[in-house]
Amino acid sequence: MFDFLDPQEYDLLGAFWVTVQLTVYSAIGSLIWGTILVGMRVSPVPMMRGFASAYITLVRNTPLTVIIVACSLVLKDTLGFTIAGETVEDQNFWLAILGFVAYTSTFVCESLRAGINTVPVGQAEAARALGLGFNQVLGIVVLPQAFRSVVAPLSSVLIALTKNTTVASAIGVAEAAWLMKEMTENESDAILLVFAIFALGFVVLTLPTGLLLGWVSRKVAVKR
Amino acid sequence: MTEANTAPPMIRMVEVDKYFGPLHVLKNITLEVPRGQVVVVLGPSGSGKSTLCRAINRLEPINSGVIEVDGKPLPAEGRELAGLRADVGMVFQSFNLFAHKTIVDNVMLAPIKVRKMAKSDARRTAMELLERVGIANQAEKYPAQLSGGQQQRAAIARALAMKPKVMLFDEPTSALDPEMINEVLDVMTTLAEEGMTMLVVTHEMGFARNAANRVVFMSDGDIVEDATPQEFFTAPKSARAKDFLSKILTH
Ligand SMILES: Nc1ncnc2c1ncn2[C@@H]1O[C@H](COP(=O)(O)OP(=O)(O)OP(=O)(O)O)[C@@H](O)[C@H]1O
Ligand SMILES: [Mg+2]
Repeated sequence: MFDFLDPQEYDLLGAFWVTVQLTVYSAIGSLIWGTILVGMRVSPVPMMRGFASAYITLVRNTPLTVIIVACSLVLKDTLGFTIAGETVEDQNFWLAILGFVAYTSTFVCESLRAGINTVPVGQAEAARALGLGFNQVLGIVVLPQAFRSVVAPLSSVLIALTKNTTVASAIGVAEAAWLMKEMTENESDAILLVFAIFALGFVVLTLPTGLLLGWVSRKVAVKR
Repeated sequence: MTEANTAPPMIRMVEVDKYFGPLHVLKNITLEVPRGQVVVVLGPSGSGKSTLCRAINRLEPINSGVIEVDGKPLPAEGRELAGLRADVGMVFQSFNLFAHKTIVDNVMLAPIKVRKMAKSDARRTAMELLERVGIANQAEKYPAQLSGGQQQRAAIARALAMKPKVMLFDEPTSALDPEMINEVLDVMTTLAEEGMTMLVVTHEMGFARNAANRVVFMSDGDIVEDATPQEFFTAPKSARAKDFLSKILTH
């Protein structure tokens, strides 16, 4: 009954590898865009604050599936926008990442903002009093301390992202959930086993992430 | 004398008003601190001493009036303001050393990032300053590993690393255990003797008597007295200063 595990039949590792790639690229992008967003969110320039909070409110309250499907249908099919890739499959892979970054960055931003609130105002005041400009105060003094205090919440965001990548199957990206759907349709007699395998696969991806980042979180905590 | 060959005062405040909402915290304050002078600001809690201090480098914006540092009016927010702040050293009650950086990195940071000094030069200067305030052996530690007195001396070294024209101190010893107060006051006294222009908010009457050229007494947002320490402590003119001194000096 395990013959469907034959890699010739279903490329289980390949599918999870796509999941890992979606997660890693999206995580890097979200971290960067989320940091820029939080910079705007606390900026003294009202227009930047306005843009960031409007963006966050809009994107956070839109279902992820809608964002991902919109990236493919609206951006690519209607507007003809693609990021990279020759095949439709590849193009959708990168558009899915764009969607995940757009969505996950809002959670990164809100975590970081909570982190900024844990940094005593005196830290920023001392930096300003020394003549550092806004970007320097944020980049050198406030954000490094904020990041250290939000490793644990960011790790939850990362784990949520890993699971959210399953939404990419909605636009045909052949990641784990996409393969699972195919297998459940073809191997209906082993359906419980199929579910178990995929559940286990995600645990294998997320559990070490959580443990590792929990350890990092204690390691980098700022002592006051 | 003409305007050109008169050195401007290091700090000049003219008719400065500051409100927190409806609360009038600085009331038409006019104050000049000539270069090289050490001014101690005294006054009861809530009289506006910290606000005065913070207004001088615009950590607290004012509602009206003029503030000049070394003849230059305070710029509005932005690059020029940062430039002015670089010339004005500030020492806080709660030290505010950067918690994620070592002591020597705290001292080197602004010279490198603001003055664009080379790392090796910045480190050399930082070590000299830490030597001067007596904590060179703590250079590689993090702030949380130091005593309060050591942290405050590091904070003074950090401010001095920018070669400021004037130093502002807002109750630098108020957060310290009694046995650590003198190590910080000694550093400040030496600085005063070396000719640094200083504005010091403090409750340390010994420092006011010995190191100050001048005492400014504030109450309810007004400068009520402005005298030499000798005059102020022996013959205060106002009832409010007499009241304040009687409370301070009895314990
Ligand atoms: N950020 C603020 N918002 C509102 N009110 C404030 C703020 N900072 C200070 N105040 C008020 O302004 C008044 C003057 O405060 P300030 O801190 O300048 O007094 P101080 O003389 O330094 O007192 P202390 O000796 O307690 O430090 C006080 O009534 C205080 O409550
Ligand atoms: Mg105060």
